[in-house]
Amino acid sequence: MVAHATPKSNESKPIAALLVAAAVAIVGILIVVPLVSVFYEAFSRGVGGWWAALADDPDTRHAIWLSLTVAPVAVAINTVFGVAAAWLVARFRFPGRSLLISLFDVPFSVSPVVAGLALVLIFGRQGLLGPTLAWLDWKVIFSWPGLVLATTFVTLPLVVRELIPVMEAIGPEEEMAAVSLGASGWQVFTRVTLPNIRWALLHGIVLANARAMGEFGAVYVVSGHIAGATDTMPLRVEKLFQEYRQPASMAVASVLAGLALVTLVAKFVIERRLEAESRDLEAARGLENTRLEATRP
Amino acid sequence: MIALADHSSLAAGSSPPSDAVRRGRLRRRAAVLPGFGASAAITSLVVLALIVFPLTVLVLRAASLGPAGFLAAAWTPRARAAYAVSLGASLIAAVISSLLGLVVAWVLARVRFPGRRLIDALVDVPLALPTAVAGLVYSSLYVKKGWLGQWLVPLGINGAYSYLGIVLVLVFVSLPFAIRVVQPVIESLDRDTEEAARILGASRLQTFLRVVLPGILPAVVTGFALSLARALGEYGSVVFISGNMPFKTEIAPVLIVARLEEFAYAEATTVAVLLLAMSLTLLVVVNTLQQRLARNAQ
Repeated sequence: MVAHATPKSNESKPIAALLVAAAVAIVGILIVVPLVSVFYEAFSRGVGGWWAALADDPDTRHAIWLSLTVAPVAVAINTVFGVAAAWLVARFRFPGRSLLISLFDVPFSVSPVVAGLALVLIFGRQGLLGPTLAWLDWKVIFSWPGLVLATTFVTLPLVVRELIPVMEAIGPEEEMAAVSLGASGWQVFTRVTLPNIRWALLHGIVLANARAMGEFGAVYVVSGHIAGATDTMPLRVEKLFQEYRQPASMAVASVLAGLALVTLVAKFVIERRLEAESRDLEAARGLENTRLEATRP
Repeated sequence: MIALADHSSLAAGSSPPSDAVRRGRLRRRAAVLPGFGASAAITSLVVLALIVFPLTVLVLRAASLGPAGFLAAAWTPRARAAYAVSLGASLIAAVISSLLGLVVAWVLARVRFPGRRLIDALVDVPLALPTAVAGLVYSSLYVKKGWLGQWLVPLGINGAYSYLGIVLVLVFVSLPFAIRVVQPVIESLDRDTEEAARILGASRLQTFLRVVLPGILPAVVTGFALSLARALGEYGSVVFISGNMPFKTEIAPVLIVARLEEFAYAEATTVAVLLLAMSLTLLVVVNTLQQRLARNAQ
């Protein structure tokens, strides 16, 4: 957050107090009460009951395991894609560049269900590649690869959108200097680019991971929701809810909610580092400018 | 949104100017920095395989039905009801989010009070909380025995398994968008103009309507469009709370899943294409609004 001096208030005291009360009520009822109630319901039978709901059910155990294997793969693909795409868009100009940037945003605006359906139309048994996959005996839909594809789709914009503005702000000067001094492409990336973008990259990875662990709609469509096979944690929450096993459902939900809170804390810490670095960058720019001014005759 | 500084001046020294001018100043950077081929290959592979190809297949599949077949599949009474619920609930939710978001954004930007940082941090919760968790919790809160339902249900307010429930979760998922777009704009408002208006005798309401509102309206509209886009595509939270009754509380994404589970691919695909068209239209609108917003900020 941009630091600024405490503004003198134009509002009269009662109006300001009223507005604060309204804002606290809005955030309290819509956000805090639900958040508190997840943990309250999940631990209503004590920590032992909570643990039993998670650990004693083999299908729930499998769902946790599946989420822990799908999300990192999707995040890894996103990281490679995000870095490559940001490098391409921030460092080169070419025809179709702005169209490409708009395409990065498409997964945010498309309903996850629509994305899942599109994958089924390609990889499903009735799909475009269905016969080929059947012949190869590969399973994508109702299976692990489908979950990874769907999760990757919905999280695709997260890393690249974090990186583009940071790389634009830093500019290519340091990288060009490295090249002119004889560094290889890989050396430029690992020694110059990566240290410059590391906090933005981490920010994107944290957000992508949270979204990947929590994705429901797209994964729901491609998974076939088979308990003990293709149910991820959010799908398990829904399955337990449909089976009227509210406490067990809340226990799984509380793990996801805990993860969301950890994500927000991590995001907060990383954002402070990012701000500090952009301030440093501005300070360095300022210094450079004054030096240039000084050398001018 | 994405401001582009001109960094090409440094590259100019390293290549002959006449040649450089002919090739265009921006292409020169490609000659200096490595990795154009590799990054272009990875990017286009992922974008084509994951975004362009699947969505093209979806559209072609729907188009292969022909105009009459498309209409027959996409315009059934149940589908029309689902569009109405989706659009109606999303519009109501986006309006509510924009209004509540304006209040929260105003308070966070203008008033200093204990706990402000905490409220500011809590605004991001709906972005990080999985939608399935939101749906589960909201439905448990608003049923007859729930924390809030025990007071509301006797008053005849059913927040669970109802149209109201859909609106409630959609407000939850879209609220951060409405707040985060407006908040920085309020922070950057010039307060001297407001003071001048007050000194010149404008009432508090007049100052807000004539001085403040014109300044923040583009941001509020952008927040509204973002909220609407988010609400239209939402599935995970709604499926828990709406009861999913065809003709009453069934939204378009739920209908798509229902049709898919009946292996009615034509119906599922056509409804999906209509939903996709709405989403992409909104994306264009949002992008245009954000560009205008960025220009205003400069």
